[in-house]
Amino acid sequence: MKRDLLSAGELSRDEAVLILDTAEELAGLTERPIKKLPTLRGRTVVNLFFEDSTRTRISFEAAAKRLSADVLNFSAKGSSVSKGESLKDTALTLEAMGADGVVIRHSASGAPHRLATWVRGSVINAGDGAHEHPTQALLDAFTMRRHLGRLEGLRVTIVGDVLHSRVARSNVLLLSTLAAETTLVAPPTLLPVAVETWPCAVSYDLDSVLPKTDVVMMLRVQAERMNASYFPTVREYSRRYRLDAARMAQLPDDAIVMHPGPMNRGVEIAAEVADSARSTIVEQVANGVTVRMAVLYLLLGGAKA
Amino acid sequence: MRIRDGVVAEVGEGLTGSGARTFEGDGLVALPGLVDLHTHLREPGREDAETVETGTQAAALGGYTAVHAMANTDPVADTAGVVEQVWRLGREAGHCDVRPVGAATVALAGAQLAELGAMADSAARVRVFSDDGKCVADPVIMRRALEYVKAFDGVIAQHAQEPRLTDDAQMNEGEVSARLGLRGWPAVAEEAIIARDCLLAAHVDSRLHICHVSTAGSVEIIRWAKSKGWQVTAEVTPHHLLLIDEAAQTYDPVYKVNPPLRTSADVEALRQGLSDGTIDAVATDHAPHPLEDKEAEWQAAAFGMIGLEGALSVVQEAMVETGLLDWAGVADRMSVRPARVGRLGGGPDGHGGPIEVGAAANITLVDPAARVTVDPSTFASKGRNSPFAGRTLPGRVIATFLRGSPTVMDGKIV
Amino acid sequence: MTAASRPVASEGRDAPATSARTILDAADIRRALTRIAHEILERTKGGHDVVVLGIPTRGVNLAQRLAARLTEVEDRPIPVGSLDVTMYRDDLRLRPARALGRTEVPREGIDGRVVVLVDDVLFSGRTVRAALDALGDLGRPRAVQLAVLIDRGHRDLPIRADYVGKNIPTSLREVVKVLVTEVDGRDAVLLGQAGADPRHTHRISSDESEEGA
Repeated sequence: MKRDLLSAGELSRDEAVLILDTAEELAGLTERPIKKLPTLRGRTVVNLFFEDSTRTRISFEAAAKRLSADVLNFSAKGSSVSKGESLKDTALTLEAMGADGVVIRHSASGAPHRLATWVRGSVINAGDGAHEHPTQALLDAFTMRRHLGRLEGLRVTIVGDVLHSRVARSNVLLLSTLAAETTLVAPPTLLPVAVETWPCAVSYDLDSVLPKTDVVMMLRVQAERMNASYFPTVREYSRRYRLDAARMAQLPDDAIVMHPGPMNRGVEIAAEVADSARSTIVEQVANGVTVRMAVLYLLLGGAKA
Repeated sequence: MRIRDGVVAEVGEGLTGSGARTFEGDGLVALPGLVDLHTHLREPGREDAETVETGTQAAALGGYTAVHAMANTDPVADTAGVVEQVWRLGREAGHCDVRPVGAATVALAGAQLAELGAMADSAARVRVFSDDGKCVADPVIMRRALEYVKAFDGVIAQHAQEPRLTDDAQMNEGEVSARLGLRGWPAVAEEAIIARDCLLAAHVDSRLHICHVSTAGSVEIIRWAKSKGWQVTAEVTPHHLLLIDEAAQTYDPVYKVNPPLRTSADVEALRQGLSDGTIDAVATDHAPHPLEDKEAEWQAAAFGMIGLEGALSVVQEAMVETGLLDWAGVADRMSVRPARVGRLGGGPDGHGGPIEVGAAANITLVDPAARVTVDPSTFASKGRNSPFAGRTLPGRVIATFLRGSPTVMDGKIV
Repeated sequence: MTAASRPVASEGRDAPATSARTILDAADIRRALTRIAHEILERTKGGHDVVVLGIPTRGVNLAQRLAARLTEVEDRPIPVGSLDVTMYRDDLRLRPARALGRTEVPREGIDGRVVVLVDDVLFSGRTVRAALDALGDLGRPRAVQLAVLIDRGHRDLPIRADYVGKNIPTSLREVVKVLVTEVDGRDAVLLGQAGADPRHTHRISSDESEEGA
């Protein structure tokens, strides 16, 4: 296992499967009377969040605590921390505190890469700018595998603001490594240039893709994109790209509906879809803790690589 | 070659003389002193990043006898007072001639023309005007600037960057930016401005110079404009001749620069353009930054690379060793033509060669056989932000003569 | 003897096949398990409340065979499962993190029951120590007993087995390898020399049944 987890793309197939298998073994923990393992006793994990994300922070915090690590939450949001000078100073502070692992969320793409050059502990990317969110992709893959029994050949459709989505990037890379077939669906304005070089298919037409989809993953669409003319109105976006009951009916019988959260109910996903039996949205949250435990264990549990 | 009283007195074999200081130049190449059209000396205002003293030392070590100091200082060089101050600081330092560039618009704001005539008439004799760092985006202002400088044979050096298309842009827009999740900087944002300004320059029959051309499309447009006989010149930086956007994948901001590093296809087109003369000059865009402005996450870091020390080596690597330019070509693109753009040529006071009897003895001696590993910690510049650190490059400047006086001997400041 | 000075006990995984000799064959193993089954029934008075838990990997296969014999003799199902102790090991930081084994507690649970832990080789006792900790987090058994196919001595901790297939005095330079058909294609116990491979002298473990990283 590597020292850091910065990108889903840097995981080999074997490493990715090891994480998912480890998570599988850890999944039983939630049903046990004592939901805690002594594995990371005496180790310190710092949650370094430069961007608000209560759900991701809590997920990592729960994962670290279930492994008996000491958890320090460092919320840099709102302080004057925005220049990297401060990121480096923060890194030096973490070093001085003896952080064995640093979970970092930052609005600047690549901030975890920079941090990794300044600290000795393992760096885990918990979302950096529009770049990546590798543990989200891992928990998504874990959820898919649990529901559908496999990843190889699975047809996964990711819908929405791919351009600004770190979740989409990490998913495309990981799913490609795990031999699933990914299709991105979005208006052309919300797809990155050179998307045709990515290991996935691309479509502008949601309705034509849904009947050939085992997993549909809806991405959050932020209203401010409308002001930047990525699409004319939310109403028009929803008409073309929202997953509603009628569209859900086009899916094969055992297909599942995913969303990394937080949802904009009514914009990219209709409430009845979000709450339907096909929806794994709540389960994704639970799986997030399990998968992050697996990542923390594999990065911090053994000898330093 | 004999140098007397600052000018070349004799050129030939078997020259001897009593009382003359002699210098063994076996195996060395003599170039007319290099002229940089694009240097950020940072003084006044950011003396923590660079001063005229340190910046011109770096220039001399790089083989330069004249540099054009860009106007984006604090205060901005948009008045005769500021350009004269910079010019005077250069004279006092004495390592190379400093020709200030005047801002085209007040405070580089793009709204109102600066007092271009006053700067032209000042002791600094400004001929190059630029808002570099910012694009003169307003087409009316650009037209007026181009027209106005005709009165004193000036030139507008445009930083071609359409601002709306590059809002918060971080690197070349393409496969790599999409992968890295960094906001893209499309080639069209540069090319659209260049195309517009070539047409404007033609329309008002004035001189336009394009700063730091970085894309294949830009080369094409400039080639077309030149084919029309329009007065358009262009420069390319050393780093755009050697580096590509893939370098960003470490997120090390030493590779963050404006305009951004592009693709290998662009590098190839830039080399061809420089080779065939479509691009007139190599200009360093030497942009020193204090360490803390680069030791940052990419998005927060400053744009820019230092380039004076080692520029010639990069050109040797990219152009000479590839057979695209011979040493006469290097002299043309790094001295003759930039001097012509800046109107520095001619006479016992001039730059840009040729090395002949009666011409100013501004001369750079290069050892093309040397191989040097770039180590910014040894640089005279205060900047350490060289993208070539650790790389071994060919060629070494052995000596630089400014009007006959050595500014650099044995690769060291005199 | 400190753990740090021990040769690796990755029993025979890396043992040179050429120098290894068979100390138990398939029939010996079968007889040993049958004897252990009868001892269990004797000591637990008919195997009431017994839950058999194997320690991965080969302890699980042995546990299943043991449970099958108990079931056969008593003519009622004896619950069997597995207990992975990786996350409880005290030598985790001495090697790269390794894949987890499976923990499967039978539906009956372990509260108030007699848990018979099964492992292939008993060596330092550290795996059993980890297993006791793991059990404690799963519930509260009435008693815990330990069954091993091989006891090779050299304990680091005050732990002994309740049921032993065979005691084999060994030197620390020797490696003991248990092979089971389910995993290795045949049943056998091999004894070999650790050899000069530096991995054996520099890697540190006092693990009885370690599969390796």
